[in-house]
Amino acid sequence: MGESAIFNEMLTADGKPRAPYRRLAEWFDTLSPAEMRKKSREAETIFRRLGITFAVYGTSEATERLIPFDIVPRVLSASEWRRLSAGIDQRVRALNAFLHDIYHRQEIVRAGRVPAELILQNEAFLPEMIGFAPARRVYAHIIGTDLVRVGEDDFYVLEDNTRTPSGVSYMLENRETMMRMFPELFQQNRVAPIEHYPDMLRETLESVAPENCDGDPTVCILTPGIYNSAYFEHAFLADTMGVELCEARDLYVEDGKVWMRTTQSPQRVDVIYRRIDDAFLDPLTFRPDSMLGVPGLFDAYRAGNVTICNAPGTGIADDKAIYAYVPDIIEFYTGQKPILKNVPTWNCAKPDDLAYVLDRLPELVVKEVHGSGGYGMLIGPTSSKREIADFAKRLQANPGNYIAQPTLALSACPTHVQSGLAPRHVDLRPYVLVGDKVRITPGGLTRVALKKGSLVVNSSQGGGTKDTWVLED
Amino acid sequence: MLGRTAASLFWTSRYNERAENMARLLEVGYRIAMTPRLGQDAADDWRSTLVSAGCDQGFFKKHEEPTKRTVVSHMLFDADNPSSVRSCIEAARNNARSVRTAITGEMWESLNTTYIEFMEVRPQHMTDDKLPGFLTWIKQRSMLFRGAMLGTLMRDEGYHFSQFGCFIERADNTSRILDVKYWILLPDNEVVGGDLDRYQWSTILRSVSAHRSYRHAYRDAQIRPFNIAEFLILRKEMPRSLAYCYDWIAESMDALTARYGERPMSYDMARRTYELLDKGTMRQIFQGGLHEFLGDMIARNNGLGAQLAADYHFA
Repeated sequence: MGESAIFNEMLTADGKPRAPYRRLAEWFDTLSPAEMRKKSREAETIFRRLGITFAVYGTSEATERLIPFDIVPRVLSASEWRRLSAGIDQRVRALNAFLHDIYHRQEIVRAGRVPAELILQNEAFLPEMIGFAPARRVYAHIIGTDLVRVGEDDFYVLEDNTRTPSGVSYMLENRETMMRMFPELFQQNRVAPIEHYPDMLRETLESVAPENCDGDPTVCILTPGIYNSAYFEHAFLADTMGVELCEARDLYVEDGKVWMRTTQSPQRVDVIYRRIDDAFLDPLTFRPDSMLGVPGLFDAYRAGNVTICNAPGTGIADDKAIYAYVPDIIEFYTGQKPILKNVPTWNCAKPDDLAYVLDRLPELVVKEVHGSGGYGMLIGPTSSKREIADFAKRLQANPGNYIAQPTLALSACPTHVQSGLAPRHVDLRPYVLVGDKVRITPGGLTRVALKKGSLVVNSSQGGGTKDTWVLED
Repeated sequence: MLGRTAASLFWTSRYNERAENMARLLEVGYRIAMTPRLGQDAADDWRSTLVSAGCDQGFFKKHEEPTKRTVVSHMLFDADNPSSVRSCIEAARNNARSVRTAITGEMWESLNTTYIEFMEVRPQHMTDDKLPGFLTWIKQRSMLFRGAMLGTLMRDEGYHFSQFGCFIERADNTSRILDVKYWILLPDNEVVGGDLDRYQWSTILRSVSAHRSYRHAYRDAQIRPFNIAEFLILRKEMPRSLAYCYDWIAESMDALTARYGERPMSYDMARRTYELLDKGTMRQIFQGGLHEFLGDMIARNNGLGAQLAADYHFA
């Protein structure tokens, strides 16, 4: 993969800025390297003081770290965004229809479009959900669709995060920080605002309150607590929505209903935006050793007395083995062609695919089916022969655990580095809300691989973030 | 409001107040260490600093003799000492962190910055010349949080729980400081005589930042132990006196009770202590015994904290 094949979002081949970046490029030309370094340090101080941190698992010291923030924003034009958001809208509707189907009549399996064993034998498929329809038939309320770009009009969906996608607080704080530090940039560019995300989230959550809820629904966020890597975000969202941030011990189930322990009498809870995994939700139904869950919660849910967002069992929609079928899923439920492309995917559980993958390891990306956060993956082109050989052994030992995809030439955006501005690879995670309607925040979170040439943008692997602009017409 | 939120607000304020009190006690201890010895054993003074701070038991599990170095390190940096400034700052921040939604950005930023900067200090670099500045910094950081709380927090239930934490801690601290030295506060209304006594009473006043204000409150220029005790127990102008603390506690109790429309047991407990301090006289207190009075105050204070936790579902 040559450098020339990489799509640079700011500069065309002849070194001129692309239209959406024109004003930004002019402005950055006026900044000296020293000024840029100073701005970058200022941004870091702001983030640290606000306590915008995340925890890194497996490191004993400095359990709270900052995600590096890059001061150069990533820019999308209005027309680029229109196409992306139409594609995302189509995709999240189809995935919700798919979830309802597989937990009910399984038409898509009967039609032979998705193999039955891929669903029934999938760890993320929850038999407990069969026959139960959540309010408005919405399963995945909060979704983060990971996109990558490889050319002017070439976007791919890399992953549909339908469980508990995180990072939206960074999207919001990145914008706040940019507006505080560079007010003049926002006067020169018409950047679509994103600050109403918490309001939209609350509207979405309220719109899926159980049908038997009368009066204003009470919404809360359920967090594992202050030691969770995304705790800052849980608190941030509760605060900006104006709802309670609960730990399991703040909630209990009585008479089939969920209650919060307050300083006064108990308060009924109608909608729970949970930031804990399915397995920990309710020790009576799922993992009995869970200290993070609320005993009896699942029964209250199935009785229709509380809505859990996202619904238990939605994980199957972002399973890496199901991913390959999402284009079929879209066609099946919407009758339309997918607007956004899928990355070609080889499922190593299939012998033919496995043979192909083993043959071409040096050029492929191989991921664990249930992995996330950039852990346990192989990026062929940047790995040594030895790393590839080691990985091949693991792959052969348990092929069903892996999928493979071609190594995409992720687009690059100018990024502040020691020597000034340099292109670094980026991806994009727009945040989508599904309730009474689909709400999509313009832009999303841009993650950037800060190491030169690196294609891994995960914060746990040294990635950073950027403010993401959608320009208005 | 969640019961856990109320608890965390209570403890955030309580630990913040405790950090400040620890710094003040150390300031006094440090000052005594610089005063020429008056036939006194230095270890005795450090021991009484530890007792005032309620840290003596933990200290003697780890150390033999109290010295400046060991006491400073125990009270400032020791993570095993739940009342060390380090532990207080960490506990205040963790409590605040778990209720980020219930406090203002200013309150959080003040605690978080204190935490970050404190953790950057290396205990082995805390030399004698740096200590006074560092203790001042701790007090200022604590006052900054309190200022942020008073200046930005909504006057709703969270505010009252925060006030309870602050003033229960402060009342406890003042009671302990007095109780450690009660034996020199004799009821005979004598002017303090020798150098030794002068140095003892000034210690008490300094521990509560009152060595100047005392002069303004008692203008006859004579230093009477009776007055010192009165100043720290009954005088409402003195912001660290027991009467002052219970004034605030009673006020918040009234507001909370009116808001919730229920009168819990803690209300009556607070009210009784308030009235005792409001109507009491030093004569009565000395008649019953100062030490007994202070022991009773410490118990009432603890009892109130426990009752608040029960009434408002802290657990």
